[in-house]
Amino acid sequence: MARANNPRALIMSGYGINSEMETAEVLMRAGMASDIVHINDLIAGEKTLSDYRLMVFPGGFSYGDDTGAGNAYANRVRNNLWSDVKEFLAGDNLVLGICNGFQILANLGLVPAFDRDYPREIALMPNRKGVLECRFVTLKPAADNLWTKGISHIYCPVSHGEGNFSCSEETLKRIEREGMVAFRYSRDDLSPAGGEYPYNPNGSVADIAGITSADGKVLGLMPHPERAMEFVNLYDWPVRKERLKREKKPLPTESMNMQLFRNIVDYFGK
Amino acid sequence: MASYVHRIEVQYTRDPRLPTRTERFRSLGFPLRELHLVDVYTIATARRDFSPDELSQIGAQLSNPVVQRYSVDRPTEADFDYAIEVGFLPGVTDNAGTTAKQTIEDYFGFRFGEGEAVFSSQLYLVAGDLTPESLERLTAALANPLVNRVHVRSREEYAGKGMDAITPFVHLHELQTAGTVDLDLPDAELARIGKEGITDPGTGERRGPLALDLAQLHAIRDYFRGLGRKPTDVELESLAQTWSEHCKHTIFASAMDDDVPRGLYKSCIQAATNTIREAKGDDDICVSVFTDNSGAIVFDDEHLVTCKVETHNSPSALDPFGGALTGIVGVNRDTIGFGLGAKPCINIYGYCVGDPDTEPVLFRGKNRTNPILPPRRIFEGVVRGIDVGGNCSGIPTPQGWCYFHDRYVGKPLVFAGTVGVMPRANNGRLLHEKQALPGDLVVMVGGRVGKDGIHGATFSSEALDPASPVTAVQIGDPITQKKFSDVIVKEARDLDLYRSITDNGAGGISCSVAEMARESGGCHVLLDRVPLKYPGMAPWEIWISESQERMTLAVPEEKIEAFMDLMKRREVEATVIGTFTDTGRCVVEYGGETVMDVDLDFLHDGLPKEHLITEPVETAYPEPEVPCPDRLDDLLLAMLGRKNICSKEFISTRYDHTVQGGHVLGPVQGAGRVQTTATLTKVVPGSMKGVGLSQGLFPSYSELDPYRMALAAIDAAVRGLIAIGVPLATIALLDNFCWCSSDEPARLWQLKRAAFGCYDGAVEFATPYISGKDSMYNDFSGFDADSNPVKVSVPPTLLITSIGVHPDVTAAVSMDAKFDGDLVYVVGETGEELGGSEYLAHLGIKGGSVPSLDIQTAKVRYGRMTDAIEKQLLASAFPVTHGGLLVALAKVAIAGRAGMNLAVPGGMRPDTYLFSESLGRFVITVAPSDREAFEEIFGSDAHLLGHVGGKTFRVSAGEKTLIEQPVTTMETAYKAPFGGY
Repeated sequence: MARANNPRALIMSGYGINSEMETAEVLMRAGMASDIVHINDLIAGEKTLSDYRLMVFPGGFSYGDDTGAGNAYANRVRNNLWSDVKEFLAGDNLVLGICNGFQILANLGLVPAFDRDYPREIALMPNRKGVLECRFVTLKPAADNLWTKGISHIYCPVSHGEGNFSCSEETLKRIEREGMVAFRYSRDDLSPAGGEYPYNPNGSVADIAGITSADGKVLGLMPHPERAMEFVNLYDWPVRKERLKREKKPLPTESMNMQLFRNIVDYFGK
Repeated sequence: MASYVHRIEVQYTRDPRLPTRTERFRSLGFPLRELHLVDVYTIATARRDFSPDELSQIGAQLSNPVVQRYSVDRPTEADFDYAIEVGFLPGVTDNAGTTAKQTIEDYFGFRFGEGEAVFSSQLYLVAGDLTPESLERLTAALANPLVNRVHVRSREEYAGKGMDAITPFVHLHELQTAGTVDLDLPDAELARIGKEGITDPGTGERRGPLALDLAQLHAIRDYFRGLGRKPTDVELESLAQTWSEHCKHTIFASAMDDDVPRGLYKSCIQAATNTIREAKGDDDICVSVFTDNSGAIVFDDEHLVTCKVETHNSPSALDPFGGALTGIVGVNRDTIGFGLGAKPCINIYGYCVGDPDTEPVLFRGKNRTNPILPPRRIFEGVVRGIDVGGNCSGIPTPQGWCYFHDRYVGKPLVFAGTVGVMPRANNGRLLHEKQALPGDLVVMVGGRVGKDGIHGATFSSEALDPASPVTAVQIGDPITQKKFSDVIVKEARDLDLYRSITDNGAGGISCSVAEMARESGGCHVLLDRVPLKYPGMAPWEIWISESQERMTLAVPEEKIEAFMDLMKRREVEATVIGTFTDTGRCVVEYGGETVMDVDLDFLHDGLPKEHLITEPVETAYPEPEVPCPDRLDDLLLAMLGRKNICSKEFISTRYDHTVQGGHVLGPVQGAGRVQTTATLTKVVPGSMKGVGLSQGLFPSYSELDPYRMALAAIDAAVRGLIAIGVPLATIALLDNFCWCSSDEPARLWQLKRAAFGCYDGAVEFATPYISGKDSMYNDFSGFDADSNPVKVSVPPTLLITSIGVHPDVTAAVSMDAKFDGDLVYVVGETGEELGGSEYLAHLGIKGGSVPSLDIQTAKVRYGRMTDAIEKQLLASAFPVTHGGLLVALAKVAIAGRAGMNLAVPGGMRPDTYLFSESLGRFVITVAPSDREAFEEIFGSDAHLLGHVGGKTFRVSAGEKTLIEQPVTTMETAYKAPFGGY
C-alpha cells in the first residue's frame, strides 16, 4: 500500500476538544503529518479513518465534561463510528488519547481492551480535590513498550478535573500483571509518588498516569506531553537554563517529552 | 406540554470527592457527617414515551458502570438525614441537560421537539445533626435563588418516593406585539419611564430601567414629534440600549469643566495614543485602536495580537458564578469579533472583592430582605466562573490577580480579558479590516434567544438597588461558543465566507446589528426569523435580549449557501435574520409590521451632549507617626499573610495555563511556587517571540491622590513586563476605569485627575492605549439590619493592563532566586512613600505620601534592564509593588526556596525603607561572575543589599539584626491564608 510509506495521523476535533493544534504541531516536529478532522466529517464520510495509521483523541473539554468527562464524545463515536473504529483497531495502527482523549478511550473501552468486546473496565473519576488541577508532574515509564522506548522520564503538565484512575482490584491486577501500565506519577527523583499530592495530582490508584491496551497499540495518558514540547515550556526551565549557562553548556531547544512522539514515528518507520 | 416524565439518578459507588467536599462544608461551620452527591436527569417528552428497557439504556449512556450506578424512576438509597435538590429555574441555561438530550438524540436517532427537554439537577444527600437554621444556611450555600430552584425533604418525607420529578419549562402568556409609548408627558412621569421602564400594557407593571435621563428622553420625544408619530416600545428600548452609559460611555465622552472640552476619552486616552503614534512614526506598534471589539498591535511581520479587558460587575454581585462565566466568554467574543476573527489565545482575570473572612450584614431591601451574598461566596463564585468559562473554552488563563477591600462588599469588580492572535493578511485581504456591504445578509450564529440578560446594558449603568431585575443574570455555555469559535476562526474566516463580524454582547442584536449597519449604511431585520429558546417573547425582548454565545455576521449572498452548509456540519445554529442596506435607516419588522424605523444617525449620534462639572477634593493627610519596632520578624510574617500579598495559588492551579502549548513563564514560579506579576506565553508555533502580560492596580492610593494612583498603575504594569525582558518599545496599554458615584462632582474630579495621570504616564513612557472600558456606577444602595439606608461605593479603581512582545523567550527572566552566592540588588531609588501602602493598611493608618514617579529616570533604567536581560546578566528579576521592598525580597527568596543575607542602608527608618512602595524598582539577583558587567550597566542605580545563601532569611541594619527567619516559615505564612480553598 502506498500510504504505508507516508503514514498520516488523524486528529479528532469538535464539540469542545481543544488541543488539536498543538497535537498536530508536536507530531509534525516528530516527523509525522496529520489532519485535524471534525468528528462530523468522519460521520458524514467526508474523511475516512482507514486512510490513516494513527488516530489521536486530543485533550479538551468535549461537551463540557457533562455526564462525565469524555462520556458524551465517546457515545458519539460509539453511536456513529463504531465499526470503523473496530476495523482500525484490527489493523497495524496506533491510537493515542491524551487527557480528555484518555477519558474518551476509557469510556469506549479501547483501554484496557483485554478482549475485542471493549467493555468499560476503568474510569477516570473526579480528582480527589474535586477541582481542576493544572501543574507540572513527573512521570516514570512503568513498562518497556513501543511508546516508552528510550524515555527516562516525562515532565509535563496535567490539567484536568477528572483524572483519578480507578478500576476493580481484579482489573488492576490484570493491568499490572500484563505490563499495561505505561507511566506512573513519581517524585522529582523518580521514586514512586505513593499517592501523595501533588506528585500524584488526582488520587489515581497505583499512581497510574497512563495505560496501554492489552495489544499495546492504544495508549491513554492523562498528562500533556504535547504542551511541553520545548525546553522553555518546562516549569523549571529558568533554573535549568541558569545552571547550564554557568556550566557553559548549550541550551536545548526541545524537551525530553518529544521522545514519546518520536517513538510513534519510529514505529511506523520500521 | 410533556406527557411522559422520567427521572434518572446517577451516583458514584465510591465518590472520591466525598472527603474533601464534606471537610469543606465542615470548615464553613456545617455539622455534617457526610455529603453525597447524586446527578439527576429529568427527561420530559410529549410525542413518545421510553420503555423501561430504553430508559435503562439511557441510564447506561449517562453513567459509567465502573464507578457509578443509576436508577430509573426509583429514589437513590443512602444513609442521610436530609435530601436537598438543586435545579435550575425555568429559562436558565442548563448545559448538562442539553448534553444529556443530545446523547439521547444520537443514541435513538430522534429529535426532541417543542415542549420536550432533559433537565439536570443535583441531589445532595446530607447526613448530620442539622438544626432548621443550619439546614436553611446550607441550602443557601448550595443554591442561588436567582437561578436555582431548591427542594428539601427529610429522610421520612423522602422514604419510598424520593424527590418529585420537576420539569422547569418556560410558560409565557405575554402580549406578542409591539406597542407605542406616549412621551408627551410631564417631566416627572417621563423621568419615571427612564428610571423604572415602560409600563407593560399586559401586566400593568414596569418593564425595568431604561436608564435614560430627562434630557435624553426629551431628545427622543422631539425626534418622534418630527416624524409625526409616537415611538414603539421596540424603538424606545433600542435607543435606551444604544445610548446607555455601558455602550456610549457618556461620562468619558462629555465635556468636563473648562479644561476638557472634548471629554476625557478624546483628551486623555485617545490623545495619548495619537501623540505616541505620531512620535513613533515608522516604529508605531498599533494596528487597530479603539474602533473594534479589541485593540491590536504588531506581533511580527505575519501576525498581530489583540487584547481587550472587560468588566462584569453588576451581574457578578447577584450571581457570581454566572456573572464571571459570562464575563470571560463574553470577552472571548470580543476577540472572535475583532477584524474578521482572531483566535483567543490567553485569558486574563482580576477580582476586587470584600474580605472573604467577613460577613457584612447588608440588604438590598428594607426589613432584612434580599441580603447581599457574603464576600466568600462571591469570591468563590467568580473564581469558579472563570474556571469553567476559561477551561472549557481551551484558552489558557495564566494572568490575573485578586484584590481585597471592604468597600467591594456591595459590588465586586470582575475583570475579564482576552488576548487573540491572527495572521495580518489572508488571500491578500487584511484581516483586521471588515466592511458589511449593502445586500449582505445579516446572520446570527450560536445560541438561541431567551429572556436572559434583558436590560443588562442599562442595568449595569445604574447603581445596584432593590429593583434590580433578576433577568439581568445570564449563564454562559462555553461549549456552544467553542463550537462556533472553532468553525469561524479556524475555518470560515480563511474561506472568505463573510465580510464582517461582531459580538452580540450588551444590548444583544439591537446593538450588534445597528453597529454593523454603520458599515453598509443601514439594515432591515425580520425579528420573526430569530430562533427562540421558548415561544411567547415580545418583539422588544427578542431585539434587546442578551442571551449568550451569539455573533452577528455579514455574509454576501453568493457565499450564504457555503456558509450555512459549513455551520450545519459543525452543528452550529445559524439563521439569516435580515439584510444590510444603504438606506441610512435601521428598520425592524415583526409579524409583517414595521416595529422600528429610525435614522442610523439619530440612533448613534442623537444622544444629547452633556457638560460635566467637577469639584476638587482636599486630600491633605498627615504623615503617620508610629514607632519603628526593634525587630521586624513578626511584621514580615504578618505582611506576607496579608490577603493582597499572600498566595492565591489555588486559582492558578485551577485555571489551565498550559493549553495551546505556549507556557513559558506561568502564574507561579520557582520551587517555592510564588505568584508572579507578569506572565509570558508563546502564541505562534515555531516563533521565538512571546506575548508578555502584566497588570497594575492601586485602589488604596485613589482617595489620597488619584493622579499618582494612575501613574502607579501604569508603572507597575509596564515594569512587570520590563522585569521579564519585554522591551518598552513593544508595550501597549489597556485602561479599565471602575468608578463610583459618577454623578458627584468630587468623584468626577478624581476621575479627571486619574485620566490626566493616564495621559501623562502613557505619553512619557510612549506606551499607547489600544483599548479600554469604563464602568461608572459601582455603588451599592441598600439597608443595614435596622433598615437604615446604606451606600457602599467601591474605591475609585483603575486597572492598567500591559501587553508587549518578547523578542526571544529563551532570554526571559523568572522571579525566583537561583543559586547560593548570587548577589541581591535593588535597582531604583526608595523614598519615604508609605501613603496608601499595605504597611499602613496593616497598621490601620490612613495618610502619608503616595509614591510619585520620575518617568524619564525610570525609562533610562528600564532600557538598561532590557539591555542587561539581552546580555543574559540577570539570574532573576521581580518588580517591587504592594508591600514594598521587603515583601518583594521575601517572595524572591521563597520562590527560590533560598535564604538571603541582606543589609539595609542607613539614612531612613528601616520599616519605612522596607515597606515604602516607591515605584520604578526591581529586586534582582546576579551570578557573581556577572557582577562587573551588571554594575557597569546600572552604575549607582543598583544597590547591593547582600547575597543568596542557606535556608535563612536575614536582614540587618548596621550591627542590628532586624529579621532572622527560616524561609520555610515565610513560605508557610505566605501560603496559609487561602490554604483551605
